[in-house]
Amino acid sequence: MKIPIHFILNGEEVSVEVEPNELLLNLLREKLGLTGPKYVCGIGECGACTVLLDGEPVLSCLTLAVDVDGHEVTTIEGLAKDNELTAVQKAFIEEAAVQCGYCTPGFIIMIDKLLKENPNPTEEEIREYIRGNLCRCTGYVNIVKAALKAAEELRKNTSLIKIKK
Amino acid sequence: MVEAVKLSRHNLFNTHIIPVNFKYFAPKTLNEALELLDKYGKEAKILAGGTDLLVKMKMRLVEPKYIINIKGIRELNFIKDEGNQVRIGALTRWRQLEKSELIKNFFPSLYDAVKVMGGTQIRNMATVGGNLCNASPAADSAPPLMVLNAKLVLASKKGEREIPITQFFKGPGKTVMEPDELLKEITIPKPEEGSGSAFIKVARTSMDLAKISAATALKVEDRKIVMVRIAIGSAAPTPVRTPKTEEALIGQPFRPSIIREKVKLVVNEISPIDDVRSTAFYRKEVSKIIVEDALLISYERASRR
Repeated sequence: MKIPIHFILNGEEVSVEVEPNELLLNLLREKLGLTGPKYVCGIGECGACTVLLDGEPVLSCLTLAVDVDGHEVTTIEGLAKDNELTAVQKAFIEEAAVQCGYCTPGFIIMIDKLLKENPNPTEEEIREYIRGNLCRCTGYVNIVKAALKAAEELRKNTSLIKIKK
Repeated sequence: MVEAVKLSRHNLFNTHIIPVNFKYFAPKTLNEALELLDKYGKEAKILAGGTDLLVKMKMRLVEPKYIINIKGIRELNFIKDEGNQVRIGALTRWRQLEKSELIKNFFPSLYDAVKVMGGTQIRNMATVGGNLCNASPAADSAPPLMVLNAKLVLASKKGEREIPITQFFKGPGKTVMEPDELLKEITIPKPEEGSGSAFIKVARTSMDLAKISAATALKVEDRKIVMVRIAIGSAAPTPVRTPKTEEALIGQPFRPSIIREKVKLVVNEISPIDDVRSTAFYRKEVSKIIVEDALLISYERASRR
């Protein structure tokens, strides 16, 4: 039983047919070619498949594809605009917060969202917010450094905008 | 428009990760959902946040014929202040509880549980009703709701009934709900003046299920305990209250030495097992300590109010 669904994916409209037992992660990776969200544990332990659903981070490995009908999905591919990496992405590169890279899309989605909610987080708040994301290479130190650096960058930029106004 | 990429042979095999075929319904109203449950209840599973059910389906622990996805029922997602009580819709996400000043101010034990349940993504998805209906002995919401005297409203096509949460659980994964019933909402009376509550969870990391957990609610007047409720999770087939320990504490002066002596009784009111997360011995040893700690925090919070 195929079910037609329509949703916004990274700002563009998508219409596809899915099976009821198809998961959002599989739809994104297998049918829509977006391999940013990663399939790792498949049971909600690791956070590598994190995407934004209506702006809130969720696990695409535990979301039925039919469930996003009428909603908005953002993957790591949808964060950078106009060929310019986001502050969080740049900070990850500068702080070497990436080793094997498999968990990275999940972390970047999370930290991007955190900084929108809380532009000046403490290290503790960062660690608390990303505790649902596992990384087996970095030991998290550089990931937290990158988050703090991105936060500082973003605060500089917003204060510049305020001064210009 | 994003174009669908061509499926490779491998992709075809890997498309349906849930190895179960089911018929899917997504009712938009409570009445529609109850109609469906009336018809398919025995062979259906209700899907809310999905963080438990879909995992079980992936592991083939459950293979329902019908899935009734209730996520779209807006009328079941709310936190309402009604003066002497707060009503929480069964579909309220944990993240909404976390952001609610009402929960933080009035039900600190529930707020403690919210802070240690899952990660950000899980809290965005998981519902408070789902946590209860899964009936895990380790459900983080159960002990706090038990000491807060919460009631659950169960709805079916035939009507509604309200039961105290202490009568809800029947065993691991089992509740008193009939196959045609749906958990509609949770009502929590506002705590009495001068009382406080707390919840403590012991786990490897807070992403993990509890090895053991405890919630307490306490009121002290003229230095004497006039009200005390204790609930323990992950230490019996269901989350349990410990009435004998409560009885022994009532009327006692609130002194750390007395509390420490009396909480030893909780060991007789739980029946923990050895499993992957912990041992019966450890759980018994730790139960006394976390109940004592939770009582001290409850007392501190009560005097702050």
